[in-house]
Amino acid sequence: MDKRKIEENIFRGLMVTSALMIFLSLVMILVTVIRKGLPAMNLAMITQSPKGGYYLGKEGGILNAIVGSSYLAGGATLLATLISLPVVIYLNLYAKRGSRLAAFTRFSFDVLWGVPSIVYGAFGFTIMLFLRLRTSLLGGIIAVSFLILPIMTRAMDEVIRMVPEGLLEASYALGTTRFETALRVVLKQTLPGILTAILIAFGRGIGDAASVIFTAGFTDYIPNSLFRPAATLPLSIFFQLGTPFPEVQERAYASAVILTAVVLIISIISRILTGRFTKHIVK
Amino acid sequence: MEFKTHISVQNLNIFYRNEQALRNITVDIPDRKITVIIGPSGCGKTTLLKSFNRLIDSVDGVRISGKVLVDGENIFDSKVEVTRIRKKMGLLFQKPYPLPMSIYENVAYGPKIHGIKNKKELDRIVEQYLKQASLWEEVKDRLNQPASNLSVGQQQRLCLARGLAVEPEIILGDEPTSALDPKSSQRIEERFLELKTDYTIVIVTHILRQARRLADYVIFLYLGELIEHGPARDIFENPKVKMTKEYMEGIIS
Repeated sequence: MDKRKIEENIFRGLMVTSALMIFLSLVMILVTVIRKGLPAMNLAMITQSPKGGYYLGKEGGILNAIVGSSYLAGGATLLATLISLPVVIYLNLYAKRGSRLAAFTRFSFDVLWGVPSIVYGAFGFTIMLFLRLRTSLLGGIIAVSFLILPIMTRAMDEVIRMVPEGLLEASYALGTTRFETALRVVLKQTLPGILTAILIAFGRGIGDAASVIFTAGFTDYIPNSLFRPAATLPLSIFFQLGTPFPEVQERAYASAVILTAVVLIISIISRILTGRFTKHIVK
Repeated sequence: MEFKTHISVQNLNIFYRNEQALRNITVDIPDRKITVIIGPSGCGKTTLLKSFNRLIDSVDGVRISGKVLVDGENIFDSKVEVTRIRKKMGLLFQKPYPLPMSIYENVAYGPKIHGIKNKKELDRIVEQYLKQASLWEEVKDRLNQPASNLSVGQQQRLCLARGLAVEPEIILGDEPTSALDPKSSQRIEERFLELKTDYTIVIVTHILRQARRLADYVIFLYLGELIEHGPARDIFENPKVKMTKEYMEGIIS
Protein backbone atom coordinates (compact mmCIF):
# COMPACT_ATOMS: atom_id res chain seq x y z
CA MET A 1 0.00 0.00 0.00
CA ASP A 2 1.42 3.35 -0.82
CA LYS A 3 2.38 5.86 1.82
CA ARG A 4 -0.36 8.39 1.19
CA LYS A 5 -3.05 5.73 1.50
CA ILE A 6 -1.61 4.57 4.85
CA GLU A 7 -1.49 8.15 6.10
CA GLU A 8 -5.11 8.65 5.04
CA ASN A 9 -6.18 5.49 6.90
CA ILE A 10 -4.29 6.35 10.08
CA PHE A 11 -5.90 9.76 10.33
CA ARG A 12 -9.31 8.45 9.44
CA GLY A 13 -8.87 5.91 12.25
CA LEU A 14 -7.90 8.62 14.74
CA MET A 15 -10.95 10.69 13.81
CA VAL A 16 -13.35 7.80 14.14
CA THR A 17 -11.80 6.87 17.50
CA SER A 18 -12.24 10.34 18.95
CA ALA A 19 -15.78 10.57 17.65
CA LEU A 20 -16.56 7.19 19.25
CA MET A 21 -14.93 8.22 22.54
CA ILE A 22 -17.14 11.29 22.79
CA PHE A 23 -20.23 9.33 21.89
CA LEU A 24 -19.38 6.56 24.37
CA SER A 25 -18.70 9.03 27.20
CA LEU A 26 -22.13 10.52 26.63
CA VAL A 27 -23.74 7.09 26.60
CA MET A 28 -21.87 6.07 29.77
CA ILE A 29 -22.91 9.21 31.61
CA LEU A 30 -26.52 8.69 30.58
CA VAL A 31 -26.46 4.98 31.45
CA THR A 32 -24.92 5.62 34.88
CA VAL A 33 -27.34 8.39 35.71
CA ILE A 34 -30.37 6.48 34.51
CA ARG A 35 -29.35 3.15 36.08
CA LYS A 36 -28.66 4.72 39.46
CA GLY A 37 -31.52 7.17 39.31
CA LEU A 38 -34.34 5.12 37.88
CA PRO A 39 -35.13 3.14 41.06
CA ALA A 40 -35.70 6.40 42.93
CA MET A 41 -37.77 7.93 40.17
CA ASN A 42 -41.47 8.34 40.88
CA LEU A 43 -44.23 10.80 40.23
CA ALA A 44 -43.67 12.52 43.56
CA MET A 45 -40.17 13.54 42.43
CA ILE A 46 -41.57 15.84 39.79
CA THR A 47 -44.85 16.85 41.38
CA GLN A 48 -43.92 17.66 44.98
CA SER A 49 -41.62 19.98 46.81
CA PRO A 50 -39.38 18.53 49.54
CA LYS A 51 -41.37 17.64 52.67
CA GLY A 52 -39.81 17.80 56.11
CA GLY A 53 -36.95 15.30 56.29
CA TYR A 54 -36.71 14.86 52.52
CA TYR A 55 -32.95 14.95 52.70
CA LEU A 56 -33.03 12.22 55.32
CA GLY A 57 -34.97 9.95 53.00
CA LYS A 58 -38.53 11.01 53.82
CA GLU A 59 -41.23 11.98 51.32
CA GLY A 60 -41.29 14.72 48.78
CA GLY A 61 -39.79 15.64 45.43
CA ILE A 62 -37.75 18.28 43.72
CA LEU A 63 -40.47 20.34 42.07
CA ASN A 64 -38.96 23.36 43.83
CA ALA A 65 -35.71 22.88 41.90
CA ILE A 66 -37.37 22.00 38.60
CA VAL A 67 -39.47 25.17 38.68
CA GLY A 68 -36.63 27.24 40.16
CA SER A 69 -34.14 26.11 37.52
CA SER A 70 -36.63 26.66 34.70
CA TYR A 71 -37.44 30.18 35.87
CA LEU A 72 -33.80 30.94 36.43
CA ALA A 73 -32.35 29.53 33.22
CA GLY A 74 -35.32 30.80 31.22
CA GLY A 75 -35.00 34.31 32.66
CA ALA A 76 -31.24 34.37 32.22
CA THR A 77 -31.51 33.10 28.63
CA LEU A 78 -34.08 35.77 27.84
CA LEU A 79 -31.94 38.49 29.37
CA ALA A 80 -28.78 37.26 27.62
CA THR A 81 -30.60 37.03 24.26
CA LEU A 82 -31.81 40.62 24.62
CA ILE A 83 -28.20 41.71 25.10
CA SER A 84 -26.55 39.30 22.62
CA LEU A 85 -28.67 40.06 19.58
CA PRO A 86 -27.94 43.79 19.47
CA VAL A 87 -24.26 43.10 20.11
CA VAL A 88 -23.86 40.62 17.25
CA ILE A 89 -25.92 42.74 14.88
CA TYR A 90 -23.71 45.70 15.68
CA LEU A 91 -20.52 43.65 15.26
CA ASN A 92 -21.55 42.24 11.89
CA LEU A 93 -23.66 44.90 10.21
CA TYR A 94 -22.67 48.22 11.69
CA ALA A 95 -19.02 47.98 12.71
CA LYS A 96 -16.64 48.36 9.77
CA ARG A 97 -14.52 45.37 8.98
CA GLY A 98 -11.26 45.67 10.87
CA SER A 99 -12.93 47.85 13.48
CA ARG A 100 -10.91 47.93 16.72
CA LEU A 101 -14.03 48.06 18.86
CA ALA A 102 -15.37 44.91 17.18
CA ALA A 103 -12.07 43.07 17.53
CA PHE A 104 -11.79 44.08 21.17
CA THR A 105 -15.38 43.02 21.89
CA ARG A 106 -14.84 39.60 20.32
CA PHE A 107 -11.59 39.16 22.23
CA SER A 108 -13.28 40.13 25.51
CA PHE A 109 -16.03 37.58 25.00
CA ASP A 110 -13.44 34.90 24.22
CA VAL A 111 -11.70 35.66 27.51
CA LEU A 112 -14.96 35.85 29.46
CA TRP A 113 -15.90 32.45 28.08
CA GLY A 114 -13.03 30.96 30.05
CA VAL A 115 -13.87 32.61 33.36
CA PRO A 116 -14.99 29.99 35.95
CA SER A 117 -18.65 30.18 36.86
CA ILE A 118 -17.89 30.69 40.57
CA VAL A 119 -16.33 34.03 39.59
CA TYR A 120 -19.57 35.06 37.91
CA GLY A 121 -21.35 33.98 41.09
CA ALA A 122 -19.07 36.16 43.21
CA PHE A 123 -19.38 39.05 40.76
CA GLY A 124 -23.17 38.72 40.75
CA PHE A 125 -23.06 38.71 44.53
CA THR A 126 -21.18 42.04 44.68
CA ILE A 127 -23.73 43.55 42.29
CA MET A 128 -26.50 42.26 44.54
CA LEU A 129 -24.86 43.90 47.54
CA PHE A 130 -24.67 47.13 45.61
CA LEU A 131 -28.37 46.88 44.68
CA ARG A 132 -29.20 45.72 48.23
CA LEU A 133 -30.71 42.49 46.90
CA ARG A 134 -30.89 39.36 49.04
CA THR A 135 -30.30 35.94 47.56
CA SER A 136 -33.11 35.80 45.07
CA LEU A 137 -34.33 34.55 41.73
CA LEU A 138 -33.44 37.94 40.26
CA GLY A 139 -29.89 37.76 41.62
CA GLY A 140 -29.49 34.30 40.14
CA ILE A 141 -30.86 35.41 36.79
CA ILE A 142 -28.35 38.26 36.66
CA ALA A 143 -25.39 36.03 37.58
CA VAL A 144 -26.35 33.26 35.14
CA SER A 145 -26.94 35.72 32.32
CA PHE A 146 -23.39 36.99 32.83
CA LEU A 147 -22.18 33.42 32.65
CA ILE A 148 -23.98 32.54 29.42
CA LEU A 149 -23.65 35.89 27.66
CA PRO A 150 -20.17 35.23 26.17
CA ILE A 151 -21.18 31.75 25.03
CA MET A 152 -24.35 32.95 23.37
CA THR A 153 -22.78 36.03 21.80
CA ARG A 154 -19.84 34.25 20.26
CA ALA A 155 -22.00 31.39 18.98
CA MET A 156 -24.42 33.87 17.35
CA ASP A 157 -21.52 35.92 16.03
CA GLU A 158 -20.02 32.96 14.20
CA VAL A 159 -23.38 32.18 12.61
CA ILE A 160 -24.10 35.73 11.45
CA ARG A 161 -20.58 36.10 10.10
CA MET A 162 -21.38 33.32 7.65
CA VAL A 163 -24.08 35.40 5.94
CA PRO A 164 -22.71 36.21 2.49
CA GLU A 165 -21.86 39.85 1.86
CA GLY A 166 -23.85 39.65 -1.38
CA LEU A 167 -27.06 38.85 0.47
CA LEU A 168 -26.65 41.97 2.61
CA GLU A 169 -25.82 44.07 -0.45
CA ALA A 170 -28.84 42.68 -2.29
CA SER A 171 -31.00 43.99 0.52
CA TYR A 172 -29.19 47.32 0.87
CA ALA A 173 -29.45 47.85 -2.89
CA LEU A 174 -33.24 47.98 -2.52
CA GLY A 175 -32.88 51.03 -0.30
CA THR A 176 -33.24 49.32 3.07
CA THR A 177 -31.52 50.44 6.23
CA ARG A 178 -29.10 48.20 8.10
CA PHE A 179 -31.69 47.67 10.79
CA GLU A 180 -34.37 46.54 8.34
CA THR A 181 -31.87 44.20 6.73
CA ALA A 182 -30.85 42.80 10.12
CA LEU A 183 -34.43 42.15 11.15
CA ARG A 184 -35.92 40.87 7.92
CA VAL A 185 -33.03 39.17 6.17
CA VAL A 186 -30.19 38.33 8.54
CA LEU A 187 -32.26 36.98 11.42
CA LYS A 188 -34.42 34.97 9.03
CA GLN A 189 -31.42 33.50 7.29
CA THR A 190 -29.61 32.60 10.52
CA LEU A 191 -32.56 31.54 12.67
CA PRO A 192 -31.46 27.90 13.17
CA GLY A 193 -27.97 29.01 14.19
CA ILE A 194 -29.33 31.69 16.51
CA LEU A 195 -31.59 29.10 18.09
CA THR A 196 -28.65 26.74 18.58
CA ALA A 197 -26.74 29.54 20.29
CA ILE A 198 -29.70 30.19 22.59
CA LEU A 199 -30.10 26.49 23.39
CA ILE A 200 -26.39 26.00 24.12
CA ALA A 201 -26.53 28.96 26.46
CA PHE A 202 -29.71 27.68 28.10
CA GLY A 203 -28.13 24.26 28.66
CA ARG A 204 -25.05 25.84 30.17
CA GLY A 205 -27.20 28.07 32.38
CA ILE A 206 -29.51 25.39 33.71
CA GLY A 207 -26.61 23.07 34.47
CA ASP A 208 -24.45 25.45 36.45
CA ALA A 209 -24.22 25.27 40.24
CA ALA A 210 -21.40 27.61 41.21
CA SER A 211 -22.89 30.81 39.82
CA VAL A 212 -26.19 30.36 41.67
CA ILE A 213 -24.97 29.20 45.06
CA PHE A 214 -24.47 32.74 46.42
CA THR A 215 -26.94 34.51 44.20
CA ALA A 216 -30.15 32.47 43.95
CA GLY A 217 -29.60 30.67 47.22
CA PHE A 218 -31.65 27.55 47.89
CA THR A 219 -35.09 26.91 49.28
CA ASP A 220 -37.60 24.11 49.61
CA TYR A 221 -40.33 26.37 48.30
CA ILE A 222 -41.26 27.32 44.78
CA PRO A 223 -40.34 30.98 44.25
CA ASN A 224 -43.40 33.21 43.84
CA SER A 225 -41.51 36.42 43.24
CA LEU A 226 -38.27 37.62 41.63
CA PHE A 227 -37.10 38.71 45.06
CA ARG A 228 -37.42 35.30 46.73
CA PRO A 229 -34.64 32.72 46.78
CA ALA A 230 -34.93 29.93 44.22
CA ALA A 231 -33.81 26.31 44.28
CA THR A 232 -31.90 24.94 41.30
CA LEU A 233 -31.43 21.41 40.00
CA PRO A 234 -27.62 21.33 40.13
CA LEU A 235 -27.60 22.48 43.77
CA SER A 236 -30.40 20.08 44.57
CA ILE A 237 -28.31 17.25 43.11
CA PHE A 238 -25.30 18.45 45.07
CA PHE A 239 -27.15 18.51 48.39
CA GLN A 240 -28.71 15.09 47.84
CA LEU A 241 -25.40 13.51 46.82
CA GLY A 242 -23.84 15.06 49.91
CA THR A 243 -26.07 13.17 52.31
CA PRO A 244 -24.86 9.91 53.82
CA PHE A 245 -28.09 8.10 52.86
CA PRO A 246 -27.97 5.85 49.78
CA GLU A 247 -31.68 6.33 49.05
CA VAL A 248 -31.22 10.11 48.97
CA GLN A 249 -28.13 9.72 46.79
CA GLU A 250 -30.26 7.68 44.39
CA ARG A 251 -32.67 10.59 44.23
CA ALA A 252 -29.72 12.80 43.22
CA TYR A 253 -29.25 10.63 40.17
CA ALA A 254 -32.96 10.74 39.48
CA SER A 255 -32.71 14.54 39.64
CA ALA A 256 -29.89 14.42 37.11
CA VAL A 257 -32.15 12.42 34.79
CA ILE A 258 -34.81 15.10 35.23
CA LEU A 259 -32.29 17.87 34.48
CA THR A 260 -31.20 16.10 31.29
CA ALA A 261 -34.83 15.53 30.31
CA VAL A 262 -35.70 19.21 30.82
CA VAL A 263 -32.86 20.29 28.49
CA LEU A 264 -33.87 17.64 25.95
CA ILE A 265 -37.55 18.57 25.98
CA ILE A 266 -36.82 22.29 25.64
CA SER A 267 -34.47 21.58 22.69
CA ILE A 268 -36.98 19.40 20.89
CA ILE A 269 -39.86 21.82 21.39
CA SER A 270 -37.88 24.79 20.11
CA ARG A 271 -36.65 22.84 17.08
CA ILE A 272 -40.23 21.93 16.20
CA LEU A 273 -41.45 25.48 16.72
CA THR A 274 -38.76 27.04 14.52
CA GLY A 275 -38.63 24.26 11.92
CA ARG A 276 -41.48 25.82 9.99
CA PHE A 277 -39.74 29.19 9.76
CA THR A 278 -36.56 27.86 8.22
CA LYS A 279 -37.68 26.57 4.84
CA HIS A 280 -36.80 29.81 3.08
CA ILE A 281 -33.16 29.83 4.03
CA VAL A 282 -30.84 30.43 1.11
CA LYS A 283 -28.09 27.86 0.89
CA MET B 1 -26.14 60.71 -31.19
CA GLU B 2 -28.03 63.23 -29.11
CA PHE B 3 -28.94 62.28 -25.58
CA LYS B 4 -30.00 63.56 -22.21
CA THR B 5 -27.62 62.86 -19.32
CA HIS B 6 -28.94 60.82 -16.43
CA ILE B 7 -25.83 60.05 -14.43
CA SER B 8 -22.94 62.47 -14.63
CA VAL B 9 -19.59 61.32 -13.25
CA GLN B 10 -17.21 64.19 -12.59
CA ASN B 11 -13.54 63.78 -11.65
CA LEU B 12 -14.26 60.63 -9.71
CA ASN B 13 -11.31 59.11 -7.84
CA ILE B 14 -11.70 56.04 -5.67
CA PHE B 15 -8.99 54.59 -3.46
CA TYR B 16 -8.95 51.29 -1.59
CA ARG B 17 -6.48 52.02 1.20
CA ASN B 18 -3.39 53.06 -0.77
CA GLU B 19 -4.45 51.62 -4.06
CA GLN B 20 -6.22 53.80 -6.57
CA ALA B 21 -9.08 51.92 -8.21
CA LEU B 22 -10.48 54.74 -10.34
CA ARG B 23 -8.48 57.65 -11.71
CA ASN B 24 -10.21 60.90 -12.42
CA ILE B 25 -13.19 59.50 -14.30
CA THR B 26 -15.43 61.99 -16.05
CA VAL B 27 -18.26 60.65 -18.17
CA ASP B 28 -21.95 61.27 -18.79
CA ILE B 29 -24.32 58.32 -18.89
CA PRO B 30 -27.31 58.78 -21.18
CA ASP B 31 -30.93 58.60 -20.06
CA ARG B 32 -32.96 55.58 -21.20
CA LYS B 33 -30.18 53.90 -23.09
CA ILE B 34 -28.06 50.87 -22.34
CA THR B 35 -24.58 51.90 -21.33
CA VAL B 36 -22.06 49.09 -21.19
CA ILE B 37 -18.86 49.36 -19.20
CA ILE B 38 -16.18 47.13 -20.67
CA GLY B 39 -12.60 46.40 -19.81
CA PRO B 40 -10.42 43.59 -18.48
CA SER B 41 -10.95 42.26 -14.96
CA GLY B 42 -9.58 44.44 -12.19
CA CYS B 43 -9.96 47.58 -14.29
CA GLY B 44 -12.48 49.23 -11.98
CA LYS B 45 -15.71 48.37 -13.81
CA THR B 46 -17.48 47.06 -10.73
CA THR B 47 -16.07 49.86 -8.57
CA LEU B 48 -17.56 52.44 -10.92
CA LEU B 49 -20.92 50.65 -10.97
CA LYS B 50 -21.07 50.24 -7.19
CA SER B 51 -20.23 53.90 -6.68
CA PHE B 52 -23.49 54.80 -8.43
CA ASN B 53 -25.65 53.34 -5.66
CA ARG B 54 -23.04 53.91 -2.96
CA LEU B 55 -22.62 50.24 -2.08
CA ILE B 56 -18.98 51.28 -2.34
CA ASP B 57 -19.43 53.05 1.03
CA SER B 58 -19.27 49.87 3.03
CA VAL B 59 -15.95 48.74 1.54
CA ASP B 60 -13.20 48.82 4.11
CA GLY B 61 -10.78 51.74 3.85
CA VAL B 62 -12.41 53.34 0.82
CA ARG B 63 -11.82 57.01 -0.03
CA ILE B 64 -13.78 58.88 -2.63
CA SER B 65 -13.26 62.26 -4.27
CA GLY B 66 -15.18 63.87 -7.09
CA LYS B 67 -18.86 63.81 -7.84
CA VAL B 68 -21.54 61.55 -9.21
CA LEU B 69 -24.64 63.51 -10.15
CA VAL B 70 -27.88 61.58 -10.51
CA ASP B 71 -30.70 63.78 -11.79
CA GLY B 72 -28.34 66.68 -11.03
CA GLU B 73 -27.87 65.76 -7.36
CA ASN B 74 -24.42 64.81 -6.03
CA ILE B 75 -24.99 61.42 -4.39
CA PHE B 76 -21.85 61.74 -2.26
CA ASP B 77 -23.16 64.91 -0.63
CA SER B 78 -23.28 64.32 3.13
CA LYS B 79 -26.89 65.53 3.28
CA VAL B 80 -28.08 62.85 0.86
CA GLU B 81 -30.05 59.96 2.37
CA VAL B 82 -28.37 56.86 0.98
CA THR B 83 -31.52 54.70 1.05
CA ARG B 84 -33.26 57.18 -1.25
CA ILE B 85 -30.38 56.99 -3.75
CA ARG B 86 -30.44 53.22 -3.68
CA LYS B 87 -34.20 53.12 -4.18
CA LYS B 88 -33.63 54.90 -7.47
CA MET B 89 -31.55 51.99 -8.74
CA GLY B 90 -32.09 48.29 -9.09
CA LEU B 91 -28.93 46.21 -8.97
CA LEU B 92 -28.25 42.79 -10.42
CA PHE B 93 -25.19 40.94 -9.18
CA GLN B 94 -22.99 38.36 -10.87
CA LYS B 95 -24.70 35.69 -8.83
CA PRO B 96 -28.36 36.03 -7.94
CA TYR B 97 -29.01 36.50 -4.25
CA PRO B 98 -32.63 35.63 -3.48
CA LEU B 99 -33.63 36.76 -0.01
CA PRO B 100 -34.49 34.04 2.52
CA MET B 101 -38.24 34.22 1.93
CA SER B 102 -40.87 33.13 -0.56
CA ILE B 103 -40.96 34.16 -4.22
CA TYR B 104 -43.84 36.52 -3.45
CA GLU B 105 -42.10 38.04 -0.43
CA ASN B 106 -38.90 38.59 -2.39
CA VAL B 107 -40.70 40.91 -4.79
CA ALA B 108 -42.88 42.48 -2.10
CA TYR B 109 -39.90 43.06 0.21
CA GLY B 110 -38.83 46.42 -1.24
CA PRO B 111 -42.32 47.90 -1.65
CA LYS B 112 -43.24 46.81 1.88
CA ILE B 113 -40.19 48.51 3.36
CA HIS B 114 -40.97 51.65 1.39
CA GLY B 115 -44.42 51.78 2.93
CA ILE B 116 -46.90 49.80 0.83
CA LYS B 117 -49.08 47.75 3.19
CA ASN B 118 -52.24 47.12 1.17
CA LYS B 119 -52.40 43.41 0.27
CA LYS B 120 -54.22 43.98 -3.04
CA GLU B 121 -51.71 46.62 -4.04
CA LEU B 122 -48.82 44.27 -3.19
CA ASP B 123 -50.43 41.44 -5.17
CA ARG B 124 -50.68 43.75 -8.15
CA ILE B 125 -47.03 44.86 -7.82
CA VAL B 126 -45.76 41.29 -7.50
CA GLU B 127 -47.67 40.19 -10.59
CA GLN B 128 -46.71 43.22 -12.63
CA TYR B 129 -42.97 42.98 -12.01
CA LEU B 130 -42.76 39.20 -12.23
CA LYS B 131 -44.42 39.62 -15.64
CA GLN B 132 -41.98 42.34 -16.59
CA ALA B 133 -39.10 40.05 -15.65
CA SER B 134 -40.87 37.30 -17.68
CA LEU B 135 -41.00 34.97 -14.68
CA TRP B 136 -44.72 35.15 -13.90
CA GLU B 137 -45.84 32.19 -16.04
CA GLU B 138 -43.27 29.91 -14.43
CA VAL B 139 -44.04 30.79 -10.81
CA LYS B 140 -47.63 32.01 -10.63
CA ASP B 141 -48.81 28.74 -9.06
CA ARG B 142 -46.08 28.56 -6.43
CA LEU B 143 -45.61 32.10 -5.22
CA ASN B 144 -45.36 30.93 -1.62
CA GLN B 145 -42.52 28.53 -2.23
CA PRO B 146 -39.00 29.43 -1.15
CA ALA B 147 -37.16 31.52 -3.71
CA SER B 148 -34.12 29.32 -3.25
CA ASN B 149 -35.97 26.45 -4.98
CA LEU B 150 -35.82 28.29 -8.30
CA SER B 151 -33.09 27.62 -10.85
CA VAL B 152 -30.24 30.11 -11.01
CA GLY B 153 -31.61 31.63 -14.20
CA GLN B 154 -35.04 32.03 -12.63
CA GLN B 155 -33.46 33.48 -9.50
CA GLN B 156 -31.71 36.15 -11.55
CA ARG B 157 -35.04 37.11 -13.15
CA LEU B 158 -36.60 37.14 -9.67
CA CYS B 159 -33.85 39.54 -8.58
CA LEU B 160 -34.68 41.69 -11.59
CA ALA B 161 -38.36 41.73 -10.60
CA ARG B 162 -37.39 42.50 -7.01
CA GLY B 163 -35.27 45.42 -8.16
CA LEU B 164 -37.97 46.76 -10.48
CA ALA B 165 -40.60 46.55 -7.73
CA VAL B 166 -39.09 49.50 -5.84
CA GLU B 167 -39.72 51.54 -9.00
CA PRO B 168 -36.20 52.65 -9.77
CA GLU B 169 -35.16 54.91 -12.64
CA ILE B 170 -31.92 53.09 -13.25
CA ILE B 171 -30.97 49.43 -13.55
CA LEU B 172 -27.40 48.49 -12.75
CA GLY B 173 -26.01 45.09 -13.73
CA ASP B 174 -22.66 43.76 -12.56
CA GLU B 175 -21.94 41.01 -15.09
CA PRO B 176 -25.55 39.92 -14.56
CA THR B 177 -25.39 36.92 -16.86
CA SER B 178 -22.01 35.51 -15.87
CA ALA B 179 -23.47 32.75 -13.66
CA LEU B 180 -26.23 31.86 -16.11
CA ASP B 181 -26.55 29.32 -18.89
CA PRO B 182 -26.79 30.69 -22.46
CA LYS B 183 -30.59 30.38 -22.62
CA SER B 184 -31.09 32.25 -19.34
CA SER B 185 -28.53 34.86 -20.37
CA GLN B 186 -30.45 35.45 -23.54
CA ARG B 187 -33.71 35.98 -21.62
CA ILE B 188 -32.03 38.53 -19.34
CA GLU B 189 -30.59 40.35 -22.36
CA GLU B 190 -34.00 40.44 -24.01
CA ARG B 191 -35.45 42.00 -20.84
CA PHE B 192 -32.78 44.72 -20.90
CA LEU B 193 -33.56 45.61 -24.50
CA GLU B 194 -37.26 45.92 -23.61
CA LEU B 195 -36.65 47.84 -20.40
CA LYS B 196 -34.45 50.53 -21.91
CA THR B 197 -37.49 52.40 -23.15
CA ASP B 198 -38.35 53.20 -19.52
CA TYR B 199 -35.10 52.86 -17.63
CA THR B 200 -31.51 53.96 -17.81
CA ILE B 201 -29.47 50.77 -17.83
CA VAL B 202 -25.80 50.43 -16.97
CA ILE B 203 -24.17 47.03 -17.36
CA VAL B 204 -20.69 45.84 -16.59
CA THR B 205 -19.49 43.00 -18.75
CA HIS B 206 -16.28 41.44 -19.91
CA ILE B 207 -18.04 39.66 -22.77
CA LEU B 208 -17.47 41.79 -25.85
CA ARG B 209 -20.17 40.07 -27.87
CA GLN B 210 -22.69 40.84 -25.19
CA ALA B 211 -21.55 44.45 -25.22
CA ARG B 212 -22.09 44.59 -28.97
CA ARG B 213 -25.56 43.09 -28.65
CA LEU B 214 -26.73 45.46 -25.95
CA ALA B 215 -24.82 48.70 -25.94
CA ASP B 216 -26.04 52.08 -27.06
CA TYR B 217 -23.16 53.73 -25.32
CA VAL B 218 -19.81 52.25 -24.30
CA ILE B 219 -17.33 53.10 -21.60
CA PHE B 220 -13.92 51.44 -21.86
CA LEU B 221 -11.85 51.31 -18.67
CA TYR B 222 -8.31 50.07 -18.33
CA LEU B 223 -6.45 49.90 -14.99
CA GLY B 224 -8.77 52.44 -13.39
CA GLU B 225 -8.54 54.93 -16.22
CA LEU B 226 -11.21 55.94 -18.66
CA ILE B 227 -9.63 55.18 -22.02
CA GLU B 228 -12.49 55.95 -24.33
CA HIS B 229 -16.23 56.43 -24.26
CA GLY B 230 -18.86 57.19 -26.83
CA PRO B 231 -21.84 55.85 -28.78
CA ALA B 232 -21.55 52.11 -29.33
CA ARG B 233 -21.16 52.27 -33.09
CA ASP B 234 -18.23 54.69 -32.87
CA ILE B 235 -16.41 52.67 -30.24
CA PHE B 236 -16.89 49.30 -31.88
CA GLU B 237 -16.37 50.30 -35.48
CA ASN B 238 -14.11 53.25 -35.26
CA PRO B 239 -12.25 53.52 -31.97
CA LYS B 240 -10.07 56.59 -31.72
CA VAL B 241 -7.64 55.24 -29.15
CA LYS B 242 -5.22 52.49 -30.10
CA MET B 243 -5.72 50.69 -26.81
CA THR B 244 -9.48 50.39 -27.38
CA LYS B 245 -8.85 48.94 -30.80
CA GLU B 246 -6.36 46.45 -29.37
CA TYR B 247 -8.86 45.41 -26.69
CA MET B 248 -11.59 44.89 -29.28
CA GLU B 249 -9.25 42.75 -31.33
CA GLY B 250 -8.19 40.73 -28.31
CA ILE B 251 -4.59 41.90 -28.38
CA ILE B 252 -4.85 43.11 -24.77
CA SER B 253 -7.23 41.60 -22.29
